[in-house]
Amino acid sequence: MSPQNSDNHVLQAQGLCKDFPRKGQAPTQALIDVSLAVQAGMITGLVGSDGAGKTTLLRLAAGLLLPTRGQIRVLNLDCAHQSIEIQSRVGYMPQQFGLYQDLTVQENLDLFADLQGVPKNIRPQRYARLLEMTDLAPFTGRRAGKLSGGMKQKLGLACALIKSPQMLLLDEPTVGVDPVSRRDLWDIVAQLVSEDGIGVLIATSYLDEADRCHRLVVLQNGKVLAQGNPEEFHEKVRGRVYRFTPNRPEEIRLLQATLAARNDVLDAAIRSGRVRCVINSVSASELLPKTDFKQIESCEPNFEDAFMALAPHPRVEFLPDQTNEKPQVAQDIVVKARNLKKTFGDFTAVSGINFDVQRGRIFGLLGPNGAGKTTTFRMLCGLTSVSDGEISVAGHNLRRSRARARADLGYMAQAFSLYRQLSVHSNLEFYGRSYGLHGKRLEQRIDWALDEFELRERRNLPAGDLPGGFKQRLAMATAMLHEPAILFLDEPTSGADPLARREFWLRINGFAQQGVTVIVTTHFMEEAEYCDHLMIMSHGTDLAQGTPDAIRQLARTPDTPDPTIEDAFIALAEGRTMNLSGKAS
Amino acid sequence: MTMNGSFLMRLRGLLRKEYLQIIRDPSSILLALVMPLIMLFLFGYGVSLNPTRIQVAIVTTESSPAVNDLVARFELSPYFAPLFVTSANEAQKLVSNGEVDGFINIRDGFTRDLVKTGQAPVQVIVNGIDANRARLIAGYARGAIEKWRELRRARGEQAAYAGVQIASRIRFNESNESRFFLVPGLIALIMTLIGTLLTALVIAREWERGTMEAILVTPLRLHELLLGKLIPYYILGMLGMLISVAGGLWIFNVPLRGSFSLLFLMSSLFLIASLGFGLAISAAVRAQFVAAQIAILAGFLPAFFLSGMLFDLESTPRVIQWVSHIIPARHFVAISHTLFLAGNITSVLWPAAAALTVMAAVLLLIVRRKLSKRLE
Repeated sequence: MSPQNSDNHVLQAQGLCKDFPRKGQAPTQALIDVSLAVQAGMITGLVGSDGAGKTTLLRLAAGLLLPTRGQIRVLNLDCAHQSIEIQSRVGYMPQQFGLYQDLTVQENLDLFADLQGVPKNIRPQRYARLLEMTDLAPFTGRRAGKLSGGMKQKLGLACALIKSPQMLLLDEPTVGVDPVSRRDLWDIVAQLVSEDGIGVLIATSYLDEADRCHRLVVLQNGKVLAQGNPEEFHEKVRGRVYRFTPNRPEEIRLLQATLAARNDVLDAAIRSGRVRCVINSVSASELLPKTDFKQIESCEPNFEDAFMALAPHPRVEFLPDQTNEKPQVAQDIVVKARNLKKTFGDFTAVSGINFDVQRGRIFGLLGPNGAGKTTTFRMLCGLTSVSDGEISVAGHNLRRSRARARADLGYMAQAFSLYRQLSVHSNLEFYGRSYGLHGKRLEQRIDWALDEFELRERRNLPAGDLPGGFKQRLAMATAMLHEPAILFLDEPTSGADPLARREFWLRINGFAQQGVTVIVTTHFMEEAEYCDHLMIMSHGTDLAQGTPDAIRQLARTPDTPDPTIEDAFIALAEGRTMNLSGKAS
Repeated sequence: MTMNGSFLMRLRGLLRKEYLQIIRDPSSILLALVMPLIMLFLFGYGVSLNPTRIQVAIVTTESSPAVNDLVARFELSPYFAPLFVTSANEAQKLVSNGEVDGFINIRDGFTRDLVKTGQAPVQVIVNGIDANRARLIAGYARGAIEKWRELRRARGEQAAYAGVQIASRIRFNESNESRFFLVPGLIALIMTLIGTLLTALVIAREWERGTMEAILVTPLRLHELLLGKLIPYYILGMLGMLISVAGGLWIFNVPLRGSFSLLFLMSSLFLIASLGFGLAISAAVRAQFVAAQIAILAGFLPAFFLSGMLFDLESTPRVIQWVSHIIPARHFVAISHTLFLAGNITSVLWPAAAALTVMAAVLLLIVRRKLSKRLE
């Protein structure tokens, strides 16, 4: 290894600015006066919501972009002028790592070894180490296009590591990856740092990953909001983090909504069957009457608590309508699937799953990319034909009367599917009409949507120009216009920042309280806590079904007395549960 | 390791990757090797610029030996499939309905006039919607009448009418086979497709799949990236060219009167210009869909319409002729036609080759300028 500069920095940025020109408008300022340092032998996490500037910063470091102002140096080389030297000493993994899908694992490794000029004689041992680290040794002959999402990311990492880089730049390497592979990826990175002493800069929007970093930089709207060790962040909220246990497990969402509406509460989230709060005031016990919850305890802060307290976020007033007497918790089954199957040629996307969803419940479909969630979902909405099995939605048999069933469904697609050039109001009008609303009724519903989703101020803005969170609101508003009995949400929070996700779940919660049945897919395991009932999918089968509490119990061991849904998923995927085949009831 | 060694290692890595991608991706093989054959057959057998068995009506009420002789000329001709009517009105209606392409009006009193004055006009009416076809049909009709006159003269019968003797001979394509003309032009089209469309697509695909970003952050140099794309698609394009030439020579018996090495050399020049254009497109746009649109609009269609491979450039407006000079395919079609049908005629070949060289150089320079290892 070549000598590092004295203070052991592998990356230094000073007053770094990056503007992207826009036609006929002021340039977008992606980074504004960013100064930070990354040290060797450490993992530095770059945390922030979408559009915070994380990717831009990494690309500047890799020499893929030129700074507008300021300086960025990697390994004491100037990124603007010495990019070739940097590129032969740094491993960079873009968000969507460009593996050649038609090439095998080995051929991809060979290509990057050739491009990085790895000498022939050291290749065998290098390959052996990387393949062992990534568990890809049995798959060297498989084409990259046929690997699972997690394996692809591991191969991408192996390619970035092919020349023992002195620094590693990783851009959200774990997005859409199953929890097992996510843990593996972090283990590999940690191993590299401790064994080879390299410096790592890793961008992430998963707040729970931040606690695995040695140092954290919080970016917001292109500016550094805060930086420090995880402990320093924890200190900021120490003594202000509490857990509330609800009187009954079913009341947890009500408790969360009640807490979230309080002025003194900076953040309220459901975690492992309890509501985790960051509060402003000193005495937590005075927040709510004692009868509203069973137990309160103080807890050790984590980075997420600090982040939520740090980020200024709009308060969401979304208390469920108390005047409505308890909605019909009747045993009304609204969606019923029996032995549901879907095959594409000889590929089985979904192999015989069964489930029921009751009225007014939130049903979550969980699983990594490629687990069969989206296919199941499309069958439920009547967007894809069913290969075998029975399915009924709101009393309609989807194999026979798809069109009529659709009138009772609201659907929010994964990608933003509204007309970008049309204004918020026109989008609402169009979707309202296409669901058969007109005249006074249409007007009423649009008024309702503008108020309910707080879109009135932006009603004349083109949908494409809305800030991220508002796009999501508009998409949900269009799905709710015709007052559907069932709301289908496909990865609604994918790509949304943690604040928008909180707000989003509060709204969903509110609709469920009003008796709307919600079916939602997500790859964020922690969001499962907001559901009444879960189905965890993997490779087209259901690994487990049940309430979040029941699922968590599957992973309870003496070592992990208080497991999360993610722990449960990993245990299920590795076959470590006490009762793998049996569905939790 | 030496600079040279790592250069070769990177280039080899890129070439091997491209080779594996090509052999595993059926679409590029299809486009490069199967499509030339399909186009060859399509143009060789399906498209013919020589109409035969043209439907015409012959208007006649007489049946004298002179008229019968004349009618027989049409019946025996491979070009005509006549049917008979008795009035010009009837024939006109058939033309209007599109049932016949024209009619030959042998007026009442034809024989009488012929005997009396030695002059008997025959009226030929042709549907002129397709001007080229109309001219051909009129020419064929004139040819048939001429044959009849010669025959009469040979038999010593009176057949004089005043006027010029028309003696035409078609040069270079004596049998007037349109495929002799089409096949050499087709090579230009096939190489445009491989050079421009395929290249533009494969690079745009690398952008879309994110592989470009991954290889840009390696210590790869730009000229290596360029060579890594030029070499494989040059080879693929020349293979397509060889297939078309072989098909032309042995399936359609097109003569090759010039030298093959000159054809190979000048095809290479043209292919490099096409590759340069494809690379320039892909340096400018990063989406496969847009790249394909531009390649077709700015590469394929001009090569089709303005190269002279199908449509005569001499008859187009002056401005279009000027514009056609900036299209590489136009120069290559001139080269290809000359080498196949005329021979090594330097006065045509060298200026065209010089034009191609300049274009290839300019396009590659533009690519080198536009291409950057940065994402901006």
